Amino acid sequence: MTGPVLSVEALRVAYHTPAGAVRAVDGVSFSLREGERFGLAGESGSGKSTTALALMRLIKAPGRIEGGRVLLGDTDLLALTDREMRRVRFAQISLVPQGAMNSLNPVLRIRDQLADTIAAHDTRVSGGDLDTRIGGLLEAVGLDRDVMWMHPHELSGGMKQRVCIAMAISLRPKVIVADEPTSALDVVVQRQVIETLGAAQRRLGASIILVGHDVGLMARFVDRIGVMYAGRLVEVGPVGDVIADPLHPYTQLLIASVPDLESKGVFKGISGLTPSLLSPPPGCPFHPRCPKVFERCPVDEPALREVKPGRWVSCHLY
Amino acid sequence: MPSLLEARRVTKIFGGGLLRRRGTVALDDLSLAVHDDRPSITAIAGESGSGKTTLARLLLGIIHPTSGTILYRGRNLHGMARAEWPTFRRDVQAILQDPFEAFNPFYRVDHVLTTAVAKFRLAASVAEGHALIEHALRQVGLRPEETLGRYPHQLSGGQRQRVMVARAMLIRPRVIIADEPVSMVDASLRATILESLLALNRALGSSIVYITHDLTTAYQVSDRILVLYAGSVAESGDADAVIKRPQHPYTQLLVESIPLARSGSRWGQSSARTAARDAPGDTAGGCKFADRCPHVMAVCRRTPPPLFHTEERRAVACYLYQDAPTAGSS
Repeated sequence: MTGPVLSVEALRVAYHTPAGAVRAVDGVSFSLREGERFGLAGESGSGKSTTALALMRLIKAPGRIEGGRVLLGDTDLLALTDREMRRVRFAQISLVPQGAMNSLNPVLRIRDQLADTIAAHDTRVSGGDLDTRIGGLLEAVGLDRDVMWMHPHELSGGMKQRVCIAMAISLRPKVIVADEPTSALDVVVQRQVIETLGAAQRRLGASIILVGHDVGLMARFVDRIGVMYAGRLVEVGPVGDVIADPLHPYTQLLIASVPDLESKGVFKGISGLTPSLLSPPPGCPFHPRCPKVFERCPVDEPALREVKPGRWVSCHLY
Repeated sequence: MPSLLEARRVTKIFGGGLLRRRGTVALDDLSLAVHDDRPSITAIAGESGSGKTTLARLLLGIIHPTSGTILYRGRNLHGMARAEWPTFRRDVQAILQDPFEAFNPFYRVDHVLTTAVAKFRLAASVAEGHALIEHALRQVGLRPEETLGRYPHQLSGGQRQRVMVARAMLIRPRVIIADEPVSMVDASLRATILESLLALNRALGSSIVYITHDLTTAYQVSDRILVLYAGSVAESGDADAVIKRPQHPYTQLLVESIPLARSGSRWGQSSARTAARDAPGDTAGGCKFADRCPHVMAVCRRTPPPLFHTEERRAVACYLYQDAPTAGSS
């Protein structure tokens, strides 16, 4: 078995506000195998999107990466200069951003937007070759070649999202980070876009990190899932196992709160509020809301440990 | 007995006029009734652009239909006497998608609750009003001491939405028009808010029109579901029937596409299918779903399908069921 394509070690990101440092990502570690689909799930404010942006080194002020390593192969992305990072971005690790459809430039034709990305990394490509390549990319995401002559406003939300996927795969990266790629789309289009993303990823043999809040979507797509809470990973494991038998009390409540089509009118919310990351509670960040809290939880912060083969959880119960 | 709130063959066209010859048909010949005798929950499900928010605004009397009528206790909202509006405003309440917009940022959140008490004369004294407010907040799972006295920006989206539900509980309206009340909150809070809406329905007997893009929660809370597609009803019926045995090809596609955590197949295994259209096409005259429909027939492109009564309490706008009687003939 080969080593991981990407490994994230003790990543920490903080946003510096007048009120103090908000520790949005606080010691997150995970690794990604070749061709693997890894899901990063959590509610708003859990730090999942910040983690995704940190991998791309796209954290903007007042945010700052405070520590840790992001190893892509043997290269620590956090140690690269900005110039070196620009060369790696898209070519090695690419991003399908949140609300990607709004990230397209409204005055440029689709062709020119894709050409920008390609030409920035590969200056030798000539005009004709570029068109062939762009046509191929669009077809790879299930769009018609002629879409390249259109402007973003002529496309539906789902089509724009496919263009963003085409852009993300245009330089054949090893890792694709997709940050809530379907959050503004309705279910039918969501499915088409996710199918497209999966097919493109398989063809490339790339690995993928899908960031999202929808556990149902994760179950349909990823191999392994990492559940985040208050800037930390609280549970990591194969998606089927985690959903069938969640170990962390937070994961248990999160999965129980997802509505399904089997039982009617039974709701299980999680009482309490997500903690303030300005002054997180001492010990385990989930202890004020945890139904299984005991003496040790407010004092001692649990570490993420492997409690069964492949199943990692940070909870004193195990 | 007239229904409490009813939309009768309502069409709403935006725009048009001098500069653009054809306006945008947001809602096309829609009928819906909420009765007073039995509190009900009706879900209006549809994707963005299906006309569901237009329907909410019509039912609230914020906008008027281009044709058709909105009836409140049998009286046309358009042209209703001025003296009748206060009772309408009390009987029909709204809970909207972004509760932040319902608050004045300069007032503490207490304001929306105290004005409701004062305006609708819900309490005889200040102390009684305060007790009512605290009771309502507790019912939606908020601690009054942590909620009152705060400004809207100091509460989370879920808390703000629950304050609005608490307000509705104070007023005890006959109907609540809830337009995407949980689309902006996380799954764990969504459950709490839907639970308090259900409590409103069961304990206080308010009927709810639950407008959503999410079929799963629609199924969870409602008795009946009406599926909208591009401004028209695609299918309506009892929630169980619509979700477990969808008849319209669009409803079938919707139900199939819901990602469920515990069951279903994995996505993204096969190669990408060629993109079907993913938005309603400009099918002038015919069924609006024709371009995306796997069962499309010649007739679908010629005339829009009427609603066929396929079963008791069930209507489907699709020619696959053309042997069933149409809405008018039954």
